This record gives sequence, C-alpha cells and structure tokens, in this order.
Amino acid sequence: MIIPHPILGPRDAQEFVYLGDASLIDRPDGMTAGIEEFHDYLYQRTNPAGEHQELWYHEQGDRSWLVVTRNTVTHEILKVELARDVARARGRTK
Amino acid sequence: MTQPNRIAGGQIDRTRTLRFTFDGIPYTGHPGDTLASALLANGVRLMGRSFKYHRPRGPISAGSEEPNALVELRSGARQEPNTRATVAELFDGLEAKSQNRWPSLRLDAMAINDRLNAFFTAGFYYKTFMWPRSFWERVYEPMIRRAAGLGSVSREEDPDAYDKGFLHCDLLVIGAGPAGLMAALTAGRAGRRVILADEDFRMGGRLNAETFAIGNTAGADWAAATVAELASMPHVRLMTRTAVIGAFDHGIYGAVERVSDHLAVPPPGKPRQILWRIYSQRAILAGGATERPIAFANNDRPGIMLAGALRAYANRWGVAAGQRVAVFTNNDDGLRTAADLKAKGVEVVAVIDSRKGEVVIDTRGRLGLKAITIRDGAGRTRSFSVEALGVSGGWNPNVNIHSHHRARPVWDAAIAAFVPGPEGPPGLLVAGAAAGVLSTHGALRTGCDAARAALDLTGAAPDLPQAEDAPVRISPLWHVDHGRGRAWIDQQNDVTVKDVKLAKQENFTSVEHLKRYTTLGMATDQGKTGNVIGLAIMAELTGRSIPETGTTIYRPPYTPVALGTLAGRSRGKEFKPYRLTPSHYWAQEQGAVFVEVGMWLRTQWIPKAGETEWRQSVDREVLATRKSVGICDVTTLGKIDIQGTDAGAFLDRVYANTFSTLPVGKCRYGLMLREDGIVFDDGTTARLGEHEYVMTTTTANAVAVFRHLEFCRQCLWPEMDVQLISTTEAWAQFSVAGPNARKLLEKVVDQDISDAAFPYMAAGNITVCGGLRARLFRISFSGELAYEIAVPTRYGDALLREMLARGAEFDPIVYGTEALGVMRVEKGHVAGGELNGQSTALNMGLGRMVSKKKDSIGMVLSQREGLTDPEGYRLVGVKPVDRNGKLTAGSHFLEKGAAPVAANDLGWLTSKVYSPHLGHDIALGYLKAGDRRIGQRMRAVNLLSGQDTEVEILSPHMFDPEGERLRG
Amino acid sequence: MRYSGFRVIAEALTGHRGWKPVWRDPAPQAEYDYVIVGGGGHGLATAYYLAKEFRQSRIAVLEKGWLGGGNVGRNTTIIRSNYLLDGNEPFYEFSLKLWEGLEQELNYNAMVSQRGIINLIHTDAQRDAFTRRGNAMILHGADARLLSRDEVRRMYPWLNFDNARFPIKGALMQPRGGTVRHDAVAWGYARAADQRGVDLIQNCEVTGMRIEQGRIRGVETTRGFIGARKVGVAVAGSSSKVMAHAGMRLPIESHVLQAFVTEGLKPFIDGVITFGAGHFYISQSDKGGLVFGGDIDGYNSYAQRGNLPVIEDVAEGGMALMPAIGRVRLLRIWGGIMDMSMDGSPIIDRTPIEGLYFNGGWCYGGFKATPASGWCFAHLLARDEPHPTARAYRFDRFLKGLMIDEKGQGATPNLH
Repeated sequence: MIIPHPILGPRDAQEFVYLGDASLIDRPDGMTAGIEEFHDYLYQRTNPAGEHQELWYHEQGDRSWLVVTRNTVTHEILKVELARDVARARGRTK
Repeated sequence: MTQPNRIAGGQIDRTRTLRFTFDGIPYTGHPGDTLASALLANGVRLMGRSFKYHRPRGPISAGSEEPNALVELRSGARQEPNTRATVAELFDGLEAKSQNRWPSLRLDAMAINDRLNAFFTAGFYYKTFMWPRSFWERVYEPMIRRAAGLGSVSREEDPDAYDKGFLHCDLLVIGAGPAGLMAALTAGRAGRRVILADEDFRMGGRLNAETFAIGNTAGADWAAATVAELASMPHVRLMTRTAVIGAFDHGIYGAVERVSDHLAVPPPGKPRQILWRIYSQRAILAGGATERPIAFANNDRPGIMLAGALRAYANRWGVAAGQRVAVFTNNDDGLRTAADLKAKGVEVVAVIDSRKGEVVIDTRGRLGLKAITIRDGAGRTRSFSVEALGVSGGWNPNVNIHSHHRARPVWDAAIAAFVPGPEGPPGLLVAGAAAGVLSTHGALRTGCDAARAALDLTGAAPDLPQAEDAPVRISPLWHVDHGRGRAWIDQQNDVTVKDVKLAKQENFTSVEHLKRYTTLGMATDQGKTGNVIGLAIMAELTGRSIPETGTTIYRPPYTPVALGTLAGRSRGKEFKPYRLTPSHYWAQEQGAVFVEVGMWLRTQWIPKAGETEWRQSVDREVLATRKSVGICDVTTLGKIDIQGTDAGAFLDRVYANTFSTLPVGKCRYGLMLREDGIVFDDGTTARLGEHEYVMTTTTANAVAVFRHLEFCRQCLWPEMDVQLISTTEAWAQFSVAGPNARKLLEKVVDQDISDAAFPYMAAGNITVCGGLRARLFRISFSGELAYEIAVPTRYGDALLREMLARGAEFDPIVYGTEALGVMRVEKGHVAGGELNGQSTALNMGLGRMVSKKKDSIGMVLSQREGLTDPEGYRLVGVKPVDRNGKLTAGSHFLEKGAAPVAANDLGWLTSKVYSPHLGHDIALGYLKAGDRRIGQRMRAVNLLSGQDTEVEILSPHMFDPEGERLRG
Repeated sequence: MRYSGFRVIAEALTGHRGWKPVWRDPAPQAEYDYVIVGGGGHGLATAYYLAKEFRQSRIAVLEKGWLGGGNVGRNTTIIRSNYLLDGNEPFYEFSLKLWEGLEQELNYNAMVSQRGIINLIHTDAQRDAFTRRGNAMILHGADARLLSRDEVRRMYPWLNFDNARFPIKGALMQPRGGTVRHDAVAWGYARAADQRGVDLIQNCEVTGMRIEQGRIRGVETTRGFIGARKVGVAVAGSSSKVMAHAGMRLPIESHVLQAFVTEGLKPFIDGVITFGAGHFYISQSDKGGLVFGGDIDGYNSYAQRGNLPVIEDVAEGGMALMPAIGRVRLLRIWGGIMDMSMDGSPIIDRTPIEGLYFNGGWCYGGFKATPASGWCFAHLLARDEPHPTARAYRFDRFLKGLMIDEKGQGATPNLH
C-alpha cells in the first residue's frame, strides 16, 4: 500500500506501523472516567467493512501519527491527516 | 546427433549446437530452444508422469500453463523440482531428470494406480482408511505421502543469490505480444516512462508462434523491429524473462526477473532472480490468452497437445511434434494449425471439426500417441495413425492479474470464455487477447487505445498497421460424450470428466466444492487449461449456465515463484541486520562470547585463559564486580530525551508514578503501564534541567516505548509543550558497578563525584577526560555502588579503554549479560522473564508505585477486579532448600505432596541464576499469594525433565536487602 | 450411507452409481429451534453436536456462500494444544482429544494426522518461556517435550543450524500436534449433521435480526425471514458485520492473514515446524505441497487478500530457517479474514439479547478449535451454561480484567 503523507507525499506503507481505530484518540479522562468508560474506549471496536479511520505511525520517517481514512474492503485511501490536527479538532486541547 | 523432428524455419540459432541430457541420455538443441522444443525436436514426447495415475505424459503447451512436462532441472544443490520443460531455456550442459516415477520414466511401477483407477475416484480417501484408527499415521498416511508429491528437494542450501529491487514508471505494460508492444510503443513515443515486462525470453508473444503479417512484414519481424525501437528509447525499460506475478494495492505490482536461469550458473556477482516491486499508477494487462483443450477419451497421451502449441513448435522452434499429425477443433483458430503445418510440409492426416459433428472418441499409444479414432457426423468411426494431435477448444483470456483484487470475470458468449469484468485493480486496463480481443489487429488497436486512455494522451490516434482481423468463430464443445475411456480435464492432478460427474452426484456442485473435492485446478498450473472445462461440465450437469456456475478465485502469483526470490538477501546471517554495541570491537579482541538480544549482539561473557565452562567466567565476573568494580555496556537500553515546559506533566501521565516532583539533578525509577493496566516497561528517568528529562527504557521495548510516547504526545495530549527524540544510538552508555566504581570513575570524570557532591540517584551533565561532554547517573541494577556513564557513541570504545587503563589499579573487569542477569536476580529487579506483558505492578510487588492521585496511562484499568486479586501472583525469590538443589526457569510451583495437575499449580519460576556470592541456585518467580508465603517451603517442578526440587520462598531481594552497598 | 473401504470397492466395481449426495439442499423452513449463522467449521460442528450430543432438533445452519467457505477452507490445517494459560489450555486439549476420534465419530476421513509440532527455541529467554508452557501443558493433561538442539537436528537435519542469524537452541514439541485435511472437516461435519436432520442452507446470507423486547425472534435473510428460538452466530471474520445487526460492538478487529502453498514435492517435512525468530510456520500436506504462513498484514481489512511486505517477510523467515527451499516454488497465496480479538483469545458467550449467542474472536487459531468450539457452543446453546473448558471465553473478561493474553501484547489485536 501507499500512504499519501500530508507532509511528505506518497510513502510506502512499509515505513509505517499500524495501531488501529482512530477512536483511540478519544481517551477518557482518568480522573473522572471509570473502568466501564475506559473499557469501551480500549476494547470495543466498530470494525466497519468500509470506511475506517485509523492510526498509522511513520516510524521509518518523520514520526508523525496519521489518521488515515481507508476502505477496509477495497483498501482505497480516501483521506490522510496528521493525528495531532485531528486530536485538536476533536477538542483535545486546553 | 540428429534432431529427427526438426523442420525448417523458426527463431532458433542453428549455427550453434547446445548439448543437454534428459534422464542421462544426451541430446542436442539450439539457442532459442526450450527444453521441451529441443526434446520434441529429438523425437522425445514422453517427459513426465501424472500425479495420481502416473500416466505417461508429454507437453500439451508451449508456455507457462504447462501441466505435464515437469522435470527436475539441474542437480545437486541447484536441483529445481517441477520445472516446466516448456519454459526452461536450453543452455549448454543442461541436465534434466523426469520425476514422480520409479524406477524409470518409461517403466513406472506406480502406474499400477492407473489400473486401479476405478477405486481412486475423486475424494475416495475421505471414505476409507478409517479403520483401525491407529493405522492412519502408521500405515495409510505414510503410504499416501510416499506416493504423493512430484519433484524432490535437494535438502542442501540453495547456493545462488537473489535480489530485490524497486522500479517506478508511468505505465507498466504486462505482456509483450502485439497488444503490449503497441501499448508500450504508444506510451514510449509520447515520452512516458514505460516498463514492458514479459515472462518469455523473447518478446512478441503469439507473433513469434504465428505466420501472420503485420503491415508488410512477418509478425515476428514486426515485433523485433518494435522491440528495437523501444530499446532505443531511454525512458522505456524492456524486461524479458520477467513475469508479473501479482497486482497489489495502490499500483504496486510484483515481478520476478529470471536473470540467470538460462545459464548453467549465475555469472559472478549476479543473482539468479530478482523480485521487483514495480510502482505504477497505470498499468495495462496484455497477457494474452491461453488455449484450452477438449476432454475426450484418452486425451492425455504424449503427442496430444494444444493446437496453438503444435503450431508454435513448428513456427517458432522449427519442430514438428510428429511426422503425421491431426487437428481437433471447435473453432477457426484450430484450422490455422492444420494450415501452418501443411505449409511446413508436415503431413496433416485429418482435421476433425466438431462444428461439423466430427469428434475424436479415442486414442492409442501408451508412451506416445499412435492413433486416434474419430466419429463423424453420421456416426461412422475411423482410425488414423498419427504421432501428434492438436486440440483447440477455444482461448481463455488470461484474466488472472485483473482478478487479483477479487474482481470476478464475466462470461463472453461470443468467444465462449471469461473476460475481465468492469471491476479490477484501480489503474489497470486490459488490452488484446487478455481482454477477449483475439485478432491481431484487435490486439494492436486495443493496445494503442489502452495506452492512450491510461496516460490521457490527446491528439489523433496513430495509424495502425494492417493485420489479420478474423472474427472468432467457435461453437463450444467441452467434452466428447462418445468413447469409453476416461477424459482428462486437469491432466496433472488426473481429474477426469467422471470425477466431475461424481462431484455432481454427491452434491459438491458449488465451483469451490468441485475444485476442493476433485482437486481440479489445484496443480502447479492452477487450472490454466482445465478449470473452465471443469466448471462448464458442472454447469451442464446442473442445468445452470456457465456464468451462474462461476469461477473460483484467482490468486497470486500468476506463475509459481521460487521462495528464494521472495526472500532475497534476507537469509543466513543476513536474515536481519546486526546492531553492534560501542564496546563490540573491544570485546571481540578479548574473545568475548556474544548473544543475540533482538537485533543487538551483546557481550554474554568474556572467557579468560583456562576457563573451560561458561559458569566459571560468569561467576568470576560477578564476584569481581561485587569485590571491586565491573563495567557493562548498557548502550542497548532505550534512551529518550524529553524536553518542553510540559515535560514533567507529560511524564506524570505516561508513568504510573510521579516525575514532575523530581528535583533537577536527580533520577528516579519509573514504571510504565499499558492502558490496560499491565506493566509495559520500566527504567530510570533523570531530570537534567527544569524542562529536560532523559528516559531510559528496557532494550526490548526501546522502539515500542518511543512510539507509545509519540502517540500520547500527538494523539492524546497535543496541547502539551513536549518534544521527544530517541537518543539510543547517540549515546554509548556503560554501567560501572562495585565498591570501587567511584574511584575508577574519578579517574576519568572531570568533576567532583564524591558521595556528597553526587549522591545516590544523582544525575547530571558532566565532562570526561578533560572536556568531552558526558552524562552521569548514579543508579544501580546490580545492587552495588554503581553509575551509568554516557558519552557520544563515537567515543564509547575510547571511554571503555580509558576507564580500564586509568583504573587498572582496581582490576576492573568487563562483564556481560549473564553476570548482569545474576546480579539483578540477586537483587530481585524485574526484567524480561517478569516483564512478560501479562503482569501488573501488583504482581511485581510494585503496586504502590501506581499513583491514583493523577491520571496516567493504565491507572484506571489496573484497578479491575481480575488484576487486583489478593490471591493473585506475586513476585518472590526462591532458593533450593538443599543448597545443591537445582532450579530451572519455567518450573512450576507445587505444594509438597500435591499431584502434578493444573488445579494444584501455584505459579512458576521466571528467571533462574547461580549466585556465586550465595553459593547456590536462586530464582525469581510468580507465586499465587506469594507475598504471604515468604518463608514457606514447597516444590519447583519441571515435568519436562523430571526435576523436582524442594524450595524455600524468599523476598525477591536476596542480596543486600537493605541496599547498604549501593549507597556506599 | 456409511463409508468404508468395502463400500469404496463395491462402488468401484459397480460404476460408482450408488454414491449419495453428501448433504441435502433443503429449502429453509419458517422456523427452527436453533439457527446457526455461519456454515464454516465452527457452525457445522455446533449443529452436529447440538443434534448428536445434546439431542436437539429443528436446527438449521445458514451459510451466505458455500459450506466450508470460511476460514475452515482457508487455513494452514494445524492442530495442537500447546497453549500456556489456564483459560486456553483445557479447551484446546479438549479439542485435540475430539480430533483424535473425529473420523470414527463422523465416519469421514478428515486425515487427522498427529505427526508432531515443534516450536523452535533461539534464546535462553525462549527456553524459559517454553519450559513454563510445556509444564503448563502437562499439568493440564496434554503432552509436551523439550528437545535439545541435537534432537531437533536429528529430526530435521536440513534446518539452518550452522549459519543462522538466530541459532536454533532446541524446541518445545507436542508429539500429538499435527495437521488435518481442512475442507474434509467441514464436509465431515456437514454430512454428519445433515444425516441427523440438520438443514444446511447455502447461499443464505443473514441481512438482519428480528429482536423484540430484548429477545431474538429470528433472522432476516436473502431467502426470507427465518424464525428461531435461539440464534448462534459463528461467522469469524465477519463477526462485527453480523453482530451489528443486533446493535452490538465487539472487542474484535478484522485483519487479513495470508497463507501459502508451494508446488507438490516428495516428502520432506514430516511434522509442523514453527520458527522462533521470525514469522514462519510450515508443514507438508499429504499431497506434497509445503503449506506455510506467517504474520497478519497488520491493518484492518475485509479484502481477503494481502500485500507484498508480508509475503516477503514470510519467505525471509522460511529461507532463514530452511535454506534448502530456495528453489521450491510458491504456487498460491490466499488471504482470509481473521477475527482478531483484544487479547488473542476467543469468545463463546451469551449476549445481552436473550436467545442470541456468539462464537468468534478466533484470531488465526480457529481451525484447531473447530471440534471443541462446536461442542462448547452447542453446550451453551442447549443448556445455557458454558462448557467447563470454555468458561473463560466471556465478553466481560475485558471489563473484569480477566484477559487471556498468551502473547502478553495487551489490547492490540494486530500483535496477537
């Protein structure tokens, strides 16, 4: 596969390490959330057959975490963003 | 030596003669020959035996679809089983042997199976060999295994090298027949970067096998001229002997170039084959079509081949497969074989055209075709004496690569074949016969069109040269009902029409069931010639249409690939790269023994003269360290610089314990959890400045921890001002441990490191040897007064030599990973055996380190009931009650007298060493409720060896539990 | 109809006219007591044991494609019970015992062949871990042996002993491990289930679930609504898709695992060999092909096909371990969808919906589990109680912190 890196352009997927569903960005606050919330966050997956937002890490590159929107049936990549931008957009900021 | 069946013409170099042997018998051929064409020229039709019935077989094709003519090529370590004689290029000295026969190809004892064929129907083995039960492994299966298989493996290391490479282009053209050549020419003339790949050693595809003209020249000559023009274009790369094996995601194609297979051995420095990864957003599949036979009684005799192959041998190789030939066809293309052979002066005794109601109903000739029997439209039968029979059942477009993304091909009734459907790998177009366009002119036209479409070329289309544009006239015939013998569909696996009928009878009617039950299409040719016939017959039997019946799934590779090619250089010692520590060369000079730790090679111990057993060396290293001072290269530990105004707060969130309160100039042991509350890693982290920390990780987790920290930083807390950089490679780091550690270091460190100036757990930037920047940490893994000192990696070797030289009066030794392990077990520090990804801080006796006053990764889920069980595992120390008793890591704890069953299992020993200081084996272990069992006696049992040792449970801190030494 | 050597001979002598369909093709009835979704190995085994062991009737198996078309028809055929953890080992040992009598039980020769499996040891730490595991196996009543380097060398002298990046230091062996002819497992269970009256319904895809007041009433399918008292879902690979019809999210991701077979060769590898320093395991089929696999591709996928990096990685492992296979040709690569669970272990459990049961999360170890999975799922369906060997395979183990994490990788499905 080839991942179009938003900064570096097209890169072979072999340069990346895959983590999983980009919902892993949405970590609850450990001081307010309990075991059930963390359980749902860490263990439960939608696992769609189709568009999937997922985290890839450019380990053999610039160390960016990316959110890649990819179709899990065709492997077509529809969108690639810096995870930091996605995280900020989801309100993970002061 | 004569070649009795060699006739005029062909693209072989008759000025040179090549010698080769088949089953030890010498023959001759010419450059341009394949093994099959040369054997046929020599009058050899019998080249192999089938898989199940051991039927005598000759080639049915002239290409990679060949199911029958498989040989063991070469000998010794280079022996290649199952090589298709039809694509093996002849070279001088070639050796080939027939396979799957005993004692000889002509007289094969296993041919008894053919006599017993009534018993060996499809799937018979599922219905028998069940009694008595114990006979399967002992009697039946060994018998079956011995009989199965085709060629044999040398069992020696493959002596040849393989390479891998990467290529990029604007357009990849797969196949260099008329469509592929025209596509490449169109793109090449437009100035685009083109790769044209063909599995054959000569480009031109069917043009080399036909007598068609293109424009005013012979097709083969047009191909040669086109290849010459393409070769003159610097932006076009022509790759012969290169099979594209698969279409992968996002325009990545795999291709195998057979660099040296046409030579006796690869030239010096050259690989045998290369695996290319070709990156191209646009590609054209112009892989042609494969002819299919017709099933009729005894249609598998040597001498019966595809009509197109018969004509290819005549036209391209100047070989008549027999002196008297016949042709059996259901379409016009078969008639070309008769015409071409006649033109070559070969006697064509019969043309049997099923469209006129004529069919072949039987053949004769055990080791080679002698005669055929035909039945005409009026039902009269006649026999002809022939040596070769060309059969044409129509042509199947080679849709495989287009279907590698699981697109199903669609049925085209006009040519009675499956053609590529609308879906397919993005960017891949299809042209020529592969697209179901079976005329030469159609190939040129669609090749040109595909290139223009793929590259968005504008402007007028070029004029195409004149070429034959005959329509396909075919009346499908899959099998001949008349005749009594078996009619083969899959020749290699011996699948016959009656097997398909049996599958239907037993309700294995899905095309996948048909394949799996009868093994249709599972042979080395993957059903390239047989599959469509098989499913067409199933369609007939079930009353479904062929498209309703459907095809099985096309999978890569298009043609079989040597495993060595896929592995490339990554084998032997080069399987993975080595990471060497800064002290590696010094240690090598000392004769050190090294050990693989992940990619690293670390010093395991360094034997001294007279030491004959590893324990002697390790014990000495431990005792010398505890007595005076020892040095250990700990560069392999992960090192991460963490800076920014939020660095402390960041560490509080990634570590279970607190770091923001750590004073500048101090370090602290840190415990890192995964989000699921299990211990991830540990190490010490030092605060070198207000906003500057240095983290160390274990060797094993260096990469994973860094990745995790980047995840936390970028994805979880993007607002934090914190920057990370891995400095594992940047700093050489040594542990200096033992009562004289300080004294030794004082010889190299420029600053005051007295206990007052640099107390336990101090850390800081220093200089050594008169100004070289360095870092010093007063931390201890060994339990001794100890430091870790780091210098830029390129000075690591020099620092080690300098410390040893300047501190010579203290008799310093360098110790390896074994001594390191002994000392850490003595101290009860956790490492690999305990940090197993399944253990919590509580298990390790470190539960109190998990602060609940702050949010940190893993804090919440570490509190789940299953992870906080008071009866759960706790880390303990272990010693044998009898000091001579032996312990083994991996042994399980059982109470005295308890039966060795799971219900009594109390835990296991995680790490075991011999403590020279204590004079006996010691171990760490996880024991259920171990914290409440200190002082108890039980057994450590290794059921694998029968070892059963009475042990006493101790605190894990088995040496200097008060820690007096490390504060010294 | 009963199969035997005598029957084969008798049929051979009479033109094979007597062979009967291996299963019927019944039209679906309006309602069943049990509807098993998924006609793969686990679903078929479940239906068989429901009928045979638990004496239930009115059972249907719904298969969206062809029987045995799931991962039971697409795997590397290995059976073993060399697990470490208490939650797993009794279950897999139960499965291995069922394999050992399977042919006689089903009157179908699935070629269960216990030629032994070895897991190679390359480091001292691995030896420690395998010693722990071997002991755990024996404690649970399984068989295990620790082999020295020399013993391994006597078994497989052509492994790379002398020029290895990661030298072979020994192996953990389970002599009772081996291989089974995978398709025949599906066919054997299907035939035996059919003979006991189970309706096997092919080309019948579940498109919805009818749930009323928290209770399952039946399933919507491409062949119409089929009512059911109890529905058991055994569709590993598609678990998330099917359970989404019941509004459930699962602790499962779908990943692609590629597997490989070479051209047929004369006997060369007797048992199963697992490399310990790379992703590679291999056996040789009775037909002669080397059957091998490695790691999953690592990204979520329903595509049933993979990419070159893993293909190369597996070949590299193969060549590093067995330098003699360089000239052996790879014939076919296929990709299957794996239900990768959050701890690498499966789930056989009830769901919050009354009457709806789930079996999945088999990662890439589901084939060897087929008999026990079927038995235990049937036990759960029939008695509403987990089978003693499958008690740990609960949904709530993640909530309670009772993970069964053999590899110690945590909630990272692609690392299990």
